[in-house]
Amino acid sequence: MKKDLPEQFRDYRHVWVFMELERGHVHPVSFELLGEGRRLADQLGVQLAGIILGPPGDSTLHAAAEAFAYGADLVYLVEEPLLTDYRNEPFANALTDLVITHKPEILLLGATTLGRDLAGSVATTLLTGLTADCTGLDVDEDGSLAATRPTFGGSLLCTIYTLNCRPQMATVRPRVMRMPQRSNKPIGRVIRHDWRMLEEDIVTKVVGFLSDDRSGNANLAYADVVVAGGLGLSNAENLLLIKDLALTIGGDYGCSRPLVQKGWMPADRQIGQTGKTIRPKLYIAAGISGAVQHRVGVEGADLIVAINTDPHAPIFDFAHVGVVTDAVSFLPALTEAFTRRLAPANRLRLVN
Amino acid sequence: MHIVVCIKQVPDSAQIRVHPVTNTIMRQGVPTIINPYDLFALEQALQVRDHHGGEVTVLTMGPPMAEESLRKALTYGADRAILLTDRHFAGSDTLATSFALSQAIAKIGNSFGSPDIVFTGKQTIDGDTAQVGPGIAKRLDLVQLTYVAKVTSIDLRTRAITVERRSEGGTHVLKSELPCLITMLEGSNAIRRGSLDDALRAARSEIVKWNAVEAGIEDITKCGLRGSPTVVKRVFAPTPREQKAVQIDTVEKAVQDVANEL
Ligand SMILES: Cc1cc2nc3c(=O)[nH]c(=O)nc-3n(C[C@H](O)[C@H](O)[C@H](O)COP(=O)(O)OP(=O)(O)OC[C@H]3O[C@@H](n4cnc5c(N)ncnc54)[C@H](O)[C@@H]3O)c2cc1C
Ligand SMILES: Cc1cc2nc3c(=O)[nH]c(=O)nc-3n(C[C@H](O)[C@H](O)[C@H](O)COP(=O)(O)OP(=O)(O)OC[C@H]3O[C@@H](n4cnc5c(N)ncnc54)[C@H](O)[C@@H]3O)c2cc1C
Repeated sequence: MKKDLPEQFRDYRHVWVFMELERGHVHPVSFELLGEGRRLADQLGVQLAGIILGPPGDSTLHAAAEAFAYGADLVYLVEEPLLTDYRNEPFANALTDLVITHKPEILLLGATTLGRDLAGSVATTLLTGLTADCTGLDVDEDGSLAATRPTFGGSLLCTIYTLNCRPQMATVRPRVMRMPQRSNKPIGRVIRHDWRMLEEDIVTKVVGFLSDDRSGNANLAYADVVVAGGLGLSNAENLLLIKDLALTIGGDYGCSRPLVQKGWMPADRQIGQTGKTIRPKLYIAAGISGAVQHRVGVEGADLIVAINTDPHAPIFDFAHVGVVTDAVSFLPALTEAFTRRLAPANRLRLVN
Repeated sequence: MHIVVCIKQVPDSAQIRVHPVTNTIMRQGVPTIINPYDLFALEQALQVRDHHGGEVTVLTMGPPMAEESLRKALTYGADRAILLTDRHFAGSDTLATSFALSQAIAKIGNSFGSPDIVFTGKQTIDGDTAQVGPGIAKRLDLVQLTYVAKVTSIDLRTRAITVERRSEGGTHVLKSELPCLITMLEGSNAIRRGSLDDALRAARSEIVKWNAVEAGIEDITKCGLRGSPTVVKRVFAPTPREQKAVQIDTVEKAVQDVANEL
């Protein structure tokens, strides 16, 4: 039975996904959210809308097309030149305005730096609940959103409800939800929303952007193969073994948190609860014990291979393949074996 | 220049255990610490003060024992500490927490001078939502600068501030104005060792304690459980996976298993 809401919230309906658009690209987390949003909308028997705020032009229209391809029934679009670079003031103002006008019952955003910055402002303005970093979203018997999230550094899960306020807002980290299948669904109904703000009224100005690309920071969260090292590698030099293996098998590399704290690796290489969530086809963890805060960031991997000297290390509780041995000697052997196997003359054998 | 730093006392979560039968959190005996991210905020605030002059006020909302973390903050060199404590705050979600904190900050402004910057950490290690900073900014109508890796410059005369803000795939350089709220990223500045003078002063200092009324909160229904739109319905431990890892012991076998996935 549908939950009985206070009068002013009764006509809040439909599920919205905020499409994160930065420098012309839609963040993949938006597609992952559309996959979740589709499921929730179907359960509730309502529509799924993609929300796009951006400058007039191709990138915004492209984002709209992608929203439909990933399952949206309609798109709300705010096109304004001053929405070119993300800034809190205009984005929060425009999104709040959309919500007040069109009244969604559920609003999902990516738990990225942009999404978290925006969601907190919008929820506070609307005086509604916001559940952070969800790992599971469901609809209850009475139609309420049941949002499950890890807490206490990942050691526990909790399920949170937004009781008597609408919309029910939640953020989800990239890679936590599965990427849905893209279809060739054509562009559908696009509702343009009229919204204005004056540049003079916006205090914050973007004066520059330094891209990570130059410093060689790859997109760890979306890599298909990830090799990571932990404290078991004993020193910073041994991290070369991780990088070598990653390079050989065409993957990216990361680490557990203590390595970042020691300054052996930059913070954006950290995998886990307070670092990146990854969902590669293959994850190789060397000298990592498998603490729960690490585990929650890697559990979505299709195959987890753990190398650890301790047969009782917790990582063997969730790895698929375990090698009980010294990683410092095993890693180079593995790299060498792969180099041989992946040599052009041997490629065929690998395929077969 | 007046700077307010919000700090939270949190359980040292590395030591949190779950009761194996009841699945509840066993908090007893777990030591508490200042939320580690908040120390970066505090250090940044102290540096700004050291450079531009002025005062740093630290503020926390929590049970009476949160006084410890404030005293600790004084030993690092904060000038004033305020504890917001009241049974009415129990069970606050981020909306209610940011309401109470923003009211207290407004009161601090009235009593000790309007803050030019409010600092918070990026997030806490227990609730871990990163929502309280944006919540306070919105309530106080402050410019919001989140995930700040570096405060590049502050010009007190023109009230201009430039920061580097971490964003997806890079760093934005933002130019904005005081007053503002900054959530500080980790790794920016390690907390200093406080001076002996500060340690002595901290031991003797009176920590100002405010309940809801003293903090200027008139509408108590906006606090605590009543003021919280979100409710935690269930807390549980993740289900362990049944299967354990298949153990292999030769490089050849490992390569073969792994290669099949590539
Ligand atoms: C709030 C909070 C958030 C956190 N967030 C994260 C996070 O995002 N990501 C994260 O990773 N951690 C996080 N942590 C830390 C986490 O709890 C663990 O402390 C950390 O993951 C341990 O790192 P490790 O496995 O590298 O080191 P250790 O736990 O010290 O494990 C080292 C392992 O290496 C093995 N070993 C030793 N020598 C060798 C050898 N020669 N060859 C092979 N194996 C060897 C040992 O048997 C051991 O299992 C967080 C903690 C807290 C409290
Ligand atoms: C299991 C569990 C899950 C929860 N999940 C949610 C949720 O999804 N959504 C929600 O709205 N609430 C949630 N809460 C409630 C939330 O944890 C509390 O409101 C908490 O008081 C503040 O949130 P936080 O710890 O996430 O802080 P964050 O928003 O992560 O903190 C950011 C910064 O704000 C400052 N700050 C935060 N709290 C205080 C304080 N008490 N005093 C001074 N400064 C402070 C600090 O500088 C801190 O670094 C949850 C609580 C529990 C127990």
